Amino acid sequence: MSPAPEDASVHRALGLSDDEYQRIHGLLDRHPNHLELAMYSVMWSEHCSYKSSKIHLKRLPTEAPWVLVGPGENAGVIDVGDDIAVAIRIESHNHPSAIEPYQGAATGVGGILRDIFTMGARPIAVMDPLRFGPLDDPRSRWIAEGVVSGVSGYGNSVGVPTVGGEIVFDETYKGNPLVNVLAMGVLPSERLVLGQASGIGNLAVLLGASTGRDGIGGVSVLASAGFGESSEDADKRPSVQVGDPFEEKRLLEACLELLDEGLVTGIQDLGGAGITCATSETASRGGAGMDVDVTAIHAREENMEPVELMTSESQERMLAIVEPKDLTRVIEISSRWEIEASVIGRVTDNGQLRVLNGFDGEVLASLPASTLHDDAPEYDRPLAPPRDLTERRSKDASQGSADCVNDLLSLLRDPAWVYSQYDHQLFLNTVVGPGNDGTLLRLRHPRTGEETGRGIALSTDGNHRWCHVDPRQGTAMIVAEAVMNIACVGAYPLAVVNCLNFGNPEHPEVMWQLSEAVDGMTEACIAFNAPVVGGNVSLYNETNAVDIAPTPVVGVIGMHPSLSVPPPVIGLPTDASLLVLGQVPEADVSMAGTQWAWEIGGCKDGTLPTFDLAQAVRTAAFIADAVQRQRLVAVHDVGEGGLAVAAAEMAIDSGVGAQINYHNDHISMFNESGGRVLAVVQDELLDAFMTDASEHEVPVREIGRTGGSSLTFGAEITVPLNDLENACRNELPEALGRGTISA
Amino acid sequence: MSCRVGVVRFPGTNCEFDTVDAIHSLGGEAEVLWHGDSSLKNVDAVVIPGGFAHGDYLRCGAIAKFSPIMESINSFAKEGGPVLGICNGFQVLTEAELLPGALQKNAGMKFLCSMQRIDFVSTSNVLGRHAKAGDRLRIPINHFEGNYVCSPEVLNQLEEENRVVFRYVDNPNGSIADIAGICNAEGNVVGMMPHPERATSPLLGSTDGTTLIQSLLIA
Amino acid sequence: MRFEVKVEVSPREGIANPEGSTIERALPALGFVTAGNVRVGKVIHLQVDADSAADAKSLVEDMCNRFLSNPVIEDALVEVREG
Repeated sequence: MSPAPEDASVHRALGLSDDEYQRIHGLLDRHPNHLELAMYSVMWSEHCSYKSSKIHLKRLPTEAPWVLVGPGENAGVIDVGDDIAVAIRIESHNHPSAIEPYQGAATGVGGILRDIFTMGARPIAVMDPLRFGPLDDPRSRWIAEGVVSGVSGYGNSVGVPTVGGEIVFDETYKGNPLVNVLAMGVLPSERLVLGQASGIGNLAVLLGASTGRDGIGGVSVLASAGFGESSEDADKRPSVQVGDPFEEKRLLEACLELLDEGLVTGIQDLGGAGITCATSETASRGGAGMDVDVTAIHAREENMEPVELMTSESQERMLAIVEPKDLTRVIEISSRWEIEASVIGRVTDNGQLRVLNGFDGEVLASLPASTLHDDAPEYDRPLAPPRDLTERRSKDASQGSADCVNDLLSLLRDPAWVYSQYDHQLFLNTVVGPGNDGTLLRLRHPRTGEETGRGIALSTDGNHRWCHVDPRQGTAMIVAEAVMNIACVGAYPLAVVNCLNFGNPEHPEVMWQLSEAVDGMTEACIAFNAPVVGGNVSLYNETNAVDIAPTPVVGVIGMHPSLSVPPPVIGLPTDASLLVLGQVPEADVSMAGTQWAWEIGGCKDGTLPTFDLAQAVRTAAFIADAVQRQRLVAVHDVGEGGLAVAAAEMAIDSGVGAQINYHNDHISMFNESGGRVLAVVQDELLDAFMTDASEHEVPVREIGRTGGSSLTFGAEITVPLNDLENACRNELPEALGRGTISA
Repeated sequence: MSCRVGVVRFPGTNCEFDTVDAIHSLGGEAEVLWHGDSSLKNVDAVVIPGGFAHGDYLRCGAIAKFSPIMESINSFAKEGGPVLGICNGFQVLTEAELLPGALQKNAGMKFLCSMQRIDFVSTSNVLGRHAKAGDRLRIPINHFEGNYVCSPEVLNQLEEENRVVFRYVDNPNGSIADIAGICNAEGNVVGMMPHPERATSPLLGSTDGTTLIQSLLIA
Repeated sequence: MRFEVKVEVSPREGIANPEGSTIERALPALGFVTAGNVRVGKVIHLQVDADSAADAKSLVEDMCNRFLSNPVIEDALVEVREG
């Protein structure tokens, strides 16, 4: 082995602290060489090790009888009955997307799909919660346009429908967009495989794209640092990777075929930290060791150094653990799909990850495989609430001049410009697609295609405004909103995945936000009986040392137990009563954290409205049940922009207006008190519905009648439907370019 | 009688199993045909489904036309066998010169996935057995390259020979003469951009695709 | 002999070119008001072995007709130089 570096600048350049270097020295009982240091550097990066957040994440509830695989594996897996399991995961690709929006987003989709088929599941749905700087900022528009194109270009081509998501524009994301991607897959329960290497003498086969110099050290550079001015960004550019959806599609089909024929004992995708991560993770999970021959890795460029081969993040690669007797068949299937396959490793019994120059050649690195994961440092970073928290909370966010008609028009936004660029129908499962509250997919058996008569619902939600005001309650409220969204399509929650997008963890206020968010999520997940089965933490989201507003994003997956007809639409029918269900705030209304306060009133602080979690649980269960029993004609969750925006969206959807009696000032129109839903019930069933609701302790109030060609609030405020429609539909196409030819 | 339909699978195809499911749900039999084989396995009809054959690299359908299966499909079509190309399949059929013209990028330069209204223009082809000219259908589109182009002479010929099968009611992609689908002179080869297999269940929002697939099943 | 070949594939005159039109529409917004007739094609670089430049050229032209371009909508221009 090459001599050990003595120079502290070496490990510092790799992003390791002096303490971390000492820790490695202690684990090896000697100085590590450069290759070994580089391997620790990528594996102990924030991205791979969660060293700053792990201590908090441990508080999340993760167990339920239906959870087959919880956090820590490539994806969470839950049992959904009929011998079907569902794999789900969410990830961020924020920093890569800030530099190269198209490829950043594309490789984000590619990476998460591999996490899903690694578990033996066929990916059947992608959701993409996206957050960008304001629409009047040209660079933010460029990023938004590129990211949407990247998701579209990669997702459509690889053949997985993008069935929902979010799109948010706010000053806080200027320079640091949030590109989160959720993927879900289905598998026959018996095919569940874990990423582990076992069986001494078994072979590690590298499948897929060749290994190039792209993305070297990406996890330690891109995923762990904020952005300054452009000269520094230029240095980071070589780390950007280019996605190849066609390679991924063939890799996916080949891997599923290998799994179907029972040819692999373990399989692992190559993501951050590349071959180092895949070989050490599989070995340590299986309690084994592995010898890796760097000369066997199919490389894209000549003269690549071992350190480059071991840490490259080239896309579209998988590592399969194969018994020697099955190798011929594995290579046959791979070549049918035009996939390269190379035996790069052998499972050993000594627990060491050894990197060799030829299987019988020089030992380039040798370290206990498990130390790369299990011994990663864990930090209890200092945390503290903002010093001016009390003052912030005392502010009144309802101040500001309100022009209710124009305010309403400016708060409307139709996301169709985004989702019409995504194939959201492939696989013939999409009953309720993007642009609605929750997404609802038919659940069919992954092997036979047989319908189960049930549906899987998905929703992703985040709200940086609520979480800025109060990260704890704000996070509880976004979990509740996601659950309410799937309730609107008739589903009850099964599990949650989270993507925790925060600023610099070295700032005590950011760690406090993270800790508070974890507590809020814990409370809500326990209340809804929906454990967290997976997650991702993205830190260092900052621009020029300014942290983004805390943005935990949750994905909720739920079950519709009897799906025979589509759930109610959003659109209003004519001549019916419009009801609001759920918490009806009177005294405790607050405008803090509302879209109105941030974008119109100009106040970002205050105290959030009172939120009754137990009430939200009752309301969501009641709504889901009412939808399943086909008792609602229309239903829509009340979220950003409050009741007025929700009512407007319902009116626009069907072209039918409404007269709303109570709400005629900006506070009652735009407040965002949590846990509310607008619904329409047929008149003849109304009395029974009200009685039922009161028996279930769900407050209901009739707030108006539907009909007409305008939306009115009280006596003074009238907005013609045409104005609502134009304001809603034109904003994104006008800002981001028209996707269809104009008539 | 039961009809066996061969559904072609290229690397990168992604609608093959949706097409198979739709055929099954309408009582037909379906067989997936691998692009690298030349046998059509004695099927009664062939569907080239949607997707991104060979990643759509170079041009949509450009690489696919050289697959062994295409030679067999060519002979099958020449002998009058029913062939339907959906979306990417339509692109493959034009590249393989089984249908005239070409499909280029949408005029709006965006991928488009949305429900469309289309009119049945000509029913004298393998999709039209259960339809009459003027029928209006709701069937989704899902493409980036769906903008049909051809020379004025070809357009003239298509119109004169009544070979425009479908037209968009609201042209979403800039296609010449609002064309959404065409057929060959004999009517046994049809290419269309909308996806009939995606309109085969009330749960999916439309069942208007069923008449087209049923027509193919008795062809 | 080895030849370097450059193939320029461009949209045929008279055929709509949505990429070009989109760029053309965007240029004035950036202050470039004098540009027009924007067309977007693609360039393919390859190497071939042939006895002469003329042979190389005719070989690649055949490739163009059958594969590299679609004569329905595209023209191809082949340039050959010794590699």
